[in-house]
Amino acid sequence: MSFVTQKVIDLPSSGIRKFFDVAAEMKDVVSLGVGEPDFFTPWNVREEAIFSLEHRRTAYTSNAGLPALREAVCDYMQERYSLKYSPSEQVVITVGVSEAIDIALRAIIEPGDEILVAEPCYVSYRACVMLAGGVPITVPTYAEHQFRVQAKDIEERITPRTKAIMLCYPNNPTGAIMERADLEKICEVLKKHEILVISDEVYAELTYAQDEHVSIASLPDMYERTLVLNGFSKAYAMTGWRLGFACGPKDLIAAMIKIHQYVIMCAPTTAQLGGVEALKNGKSNVEKMRSEYDVRRRFMVDSFRKLGIKCFEPLGAFYLFPYIGQYGLSSEEFCNRLLMEQRLAVVPGTAFGECGEGFVRCSYAYSLEELKKALERLARFLGE
Amino acid sequence: MDLKILNQLEHNAKLTTEEIAVFTGEDGGAVAEAIARLENEGVIRGYHTLINWEKTDKEYITAIIEIKVTPARGQGFDRIAERIYRFDEVKALYLMSGGYDLSIIVEGKSIKDISYFVTDKLAPLESVLSTATHFVLKKYKERGEIMTGNKPDDERMIVSP
Repeated sequence: MSFVTQKVIDLPSSGIRKFFDVAAEMKDVVSLGVGEPDFFTPWNVREEAIFSLEHRRTAYTSNAGLPALREAVCDYMQERYSLKYSPSEQVVITVGVSEAIDIALRAIIEPGDEILVAEPCYVSYRACVMLAGGVPITVPTYAEHQFRVQAKDIEERITPRTKAIMLCYPNNPTGAIMERADLEKICEVLKKHEILVISDEVYAELTYAQDEHVSIASLPDMYERTLVLNGFSKAYAMTGWRLGFACGPKDLIAAMIKIHQYVIMCAPTTAQLGGVEALKNGKSNVEKMRSEYDVRRRFMVDSFRKLGIKCFEPLGAFYLFPYIGQYGLSSEEFCNRLLMEQRLAVVPGTAFGECGEGFVRCSYAYSLEELKKALERLARFLGE
Repeated sequence: MDLKILNQLEHNAKLTTEEIAVFTGEDGGAVAEAIARLENEGVIRGYHTLINWEKTDKEYITAIIEIKVTPARGQGFDRIAERIYRFDEVKALYLMSGGYDLSIIVEGKSIKDISYFVTDKLAPLESVLSTATHFVLKKYKERGEIMTGNKPDDERMIVSP
């Protein structure tokens, strides 16, 4: 007897999960497999959270989130991207960006609506679309474009059922970014249609290009049709706090808050208070971590090239997405053999979409010593 | 580029020129030149190792001494500062704002060593009005590094999305 719906049974389980189960059982594994910072949450943030607990700030907050945090979020959006959002009507504080993705999709999808998903991308996008009753439509991105999504590839897939497009730049798993000129090109296409842009910008602060990250919402005529998602996990090393936010059009935010209030009530209060401190006094911490990632990024790109592995230079997040097709193995085979033979864990590109075939994701959210250890194992593997 | 190089070297003096070039995205030759220049100009004053002596058998003690002095006409504090920093025992010397004038960090083998330095060398100096010696009991953090306990484990899952 099973009570589980066919929809959930049909949902593919995350490719990363399978891989994790194998790796977790093994000893002496060196990993480049994590999608979270190796830094600890800055002490001032942790200290603020401790202080809040000592002072019994343990009640629910309003559904939309602490007013102080919503204001801090709006200040950040204004200062960083010149985007003006009303703290009372255009922001919702969520349990990580993950929840924001879920409630956004549930707020907009009518059964059968098509959602374009630029891939490779974070593992939850497709699943959340399906759970909300939508149909995910892949928009592949390619190494020859540095994994920047192309206007043509979007346009070809737009139908009368297309409701939204999901973008994640800087990108997990590729480390790709979209610069202003790239965004302008896709906006031209998107503006011709009534399509919502769901822009997951959780890696925004981890951009290593000359220019800072550009939010697609800040381009002409995009504000009304863009929902910006961001969070504290990557910029402030706060993954376990589960704290994110969404900024966008009033009616959409109101709809999201309606769902959020029933299923979540409010994001954890302690985390929200930590988030206020992070946004108000965390800039120097972000800068410090960013420059440390940048050092590792250069080191990894250089080391991969010396090993003869083809890899475009990623300018965002903390991932490299090297091409391993030349070794005659599929992504999954490559990762399995690397794990079994050298006890080095990297993630198959296919975990993030079919167009990730031929690639693997290597995270550099590790100390230089760890990275060197990993590179030694990789070199040994390729040598054999 | 200078600042980028210095930031790298400040945290790890063992880096090779090539490593610094990779880490900063600069050309190797240019990095080597810049380092040589920074050394010549005295911007780089030395390459040291941060050691937790408490984990070794070495007998030593550190004191921080507050000193009140009379500045010399025409030379301010420089003259007396120079008299003091020339002693090998003095590891650091700062001119301070606030309740006293000079702060020095002194290292010796024993309390006796440091007492001798204060009573025989420091206090008798003509322009020294008074001294207050504070012995260091435990070093928790030095030059940005936490000196107690072990490196925390990486508690992250091996693989995560």
